[in-house]
Amino acid sequence: MTKADATPVLELTGIGKEFGAIRALHDVDLQVWPGEVVGLMGDNGAGKSTLVKIIAGNFRPTHGEMRFAGSEVHFNRPVDARAVGIEVVYQDLALADNLTAAANVFLGRELKRRFGPIALLDHKAMASRALELFGELRSETRPDDLVRQMSGGQRQAVAIARTRLSNARLVMMDEPTAAISVRQVEQVLGLIHRLKEQGVAVMLISHRMPDVFAVCDRVVVMRRGEKRADKSIHQTSPEEVTALITGAKEAA
Amino acid sequence: MAMPLESPISFTNVGKIRWWQRGIFASQTGYVLLALAVLLVIMHFASPYFFSQGNMQNVAKNFSFIAIATLGITFVIITGGIDLSVGSMMCFSAMITSMVMTELSAPGSPLVHMAADGKTVLANVPGLILLISILAGLGVALIAGLVNGFCIAVLGLSPFVTTLGMLSIVRGLGYVVSNGRGSFPGGPDADYFYALTSGDVLGVPSPFIYLMILALAMAVVLHHTSFGRHVFALGGNEKAAELTGIPVVRVKIEVYVICALAAGLQGIIVSGWLGSAPANMATSYELNVIAAAVIGGANLAGGIGGPLGAIVGCVLLEVIRNGLVLAQVSSYWQQTLVGVIIILAVLVDRVRSRMT
Repeated sequence: MTKADATPVLELTGIGKEFGAIRALHDVDLQVWPGEVVGLMGDNGAGKSTLVKIIAGNFRPTHGEMRFAGSEVHFNRPVDARAVGIEVVYQDLALADNLTAAANVFLGRELKRRFGPIALLDHKAMASRALELFGELRSETRPDDLVRQMSGGQRQAVAIARTRLSNARLVMMDEPTAAISVRQVEQVLGLIHRLKEQGVAVMLISHRMPDVFAVCDRVVVMRRGEKRADKSIHQTSPEEVTALITGAKEAA
Repeated sequence: MAMPLESPISFTNVGKIRWWQRGIFASQTGYVLLALAVLLVIMHFASPYFFSQGNMQNVAKNFSFIAIATLGITFVIITGGIDLSVGSMMCFSAMITSMVMTELSAPGSPLVHMAADGKTVLANVPGLILLISILAGLGVALIAGLVNGFCIAVLGLSPFVTTLGMLSIVRGLGYVVSNGRGSFPGGPDADYFYALTSGDVLGVPSPFIYLMILALAMAVVLHHTSFGRHVFALGGNEKAAELTGIPVVRVKIEVYVICALAAGLQGIIVSGWLGSAPANMATSYELNVIAAAVIGGANLAGGIGGPLGAIVGCVLLEVIRNGLVLAQVSSYWQQTLVGVIIILAVLVDRVRSRMT
């Protein structure tokens, strides 16, 4: 599903990462296009998390070059990655459950109104913007409810709404369907479709084959720190991907 | 990007949280406030003196003597930390304030001159000595708060251990600078000092007025500024706070500074009422302060607390103390009862949150 006319939103060339003597990643090339959902699969220790952490700015790569929307980027901290438009939805969602949904969406970038020298929170504006975002994601979530009282699907919606706030162009989701119910998995996959409709590129890191085949356009398989496959979802099968993950098949 | 909504969300599966299940009605602060109201009614029938003006003034003054420090520690507790150095800080700030005041008021200091009779010392600028000495007292609190915050936020030491150390350091320094003798506010500005700390305005004790102003300010800061929001987020999920780009280190240092400053101010006010700053002043007050905060609903695990709870906790402790005195119960029972109430308050909250 490559588009020759567009620039990829994310382009990795020869990315490698060593921790001391351990080679966690070796020579990974990867392109992600706008509006595309890419599944990143691999067994534990295959290098998925390292790759995600490099893209998210948690680690600096030892080798290689990273381009975002055509220009070369170097991230020192996660905030740098977010500044250019990369958002991560973490596995544990990184929500403060003693705060409301709206407060979590706007955490760290609250809307304020100035009264002379003092800037006070603009609760109304934040609540209505959050409600709008939940509407876009078609999630029944009230901005004023505490996250503590929410279902897993609603929590996902809050975490994803946060990425919509900044007009992220690439959203990486780390195991978003790992610990939630079947109905909520449906909701989360729906949320991914919403992001795609709006032209956002999504990288889905998941162990769950059905989810990957349900939403992804392309699947990338990692094994022993290397990219072993990068195929359109229509040209592969769960069996082939499983073989690639376990090493029964070396590359495709 | 503002996408047009095809249809507003309809909440078919998600019920609305009822008003009595949210906010103050569903908080420990609410229950304790209710218990306090009941207790006040009981006191009214138990003792005709309880609601007399004199006794009310007494109660208001007495609980104000720990309530400002309780406001400060509530910030720390909301972030999930603890500050054990509050009592020592109260003493040290008070001591520095009165020592600086006495020092600046000594004959020969550039800020004073002798009156015509050659004995009385007069201030060159009325109030300046007082201002400098209070700033000095708060200044040492600021430094101690910064050290606490630095050790906890930057070096990553545990709050309990760091502030336990600070408790001892600050108390020790108090003995060092005073040689264990304690100090007294003196000089031409001492009268202003007493008026500000133990006077009253239209029958309302001044510590109580300061408390109300600070509590209001705290409510605004906690609920209507991004700093307050970050304080809550830190207590709710520190990792999330960090990942969302909240300046975790700065917020942590700030809460310990606020706590130390509140304790320092509290100590200075208490010393005005005592008329001196003895070296053993406010020993073990940190326990009263933490007890009041916890009874009022601040959660030691972090994420919950507020100025109303802090004040309600302090009032409850003081009403019980006062009530036991009026009822002529041995004052030794007081501590026992306070302990029971701490456990009860937390227990009731636990039972409530299990039920919903």
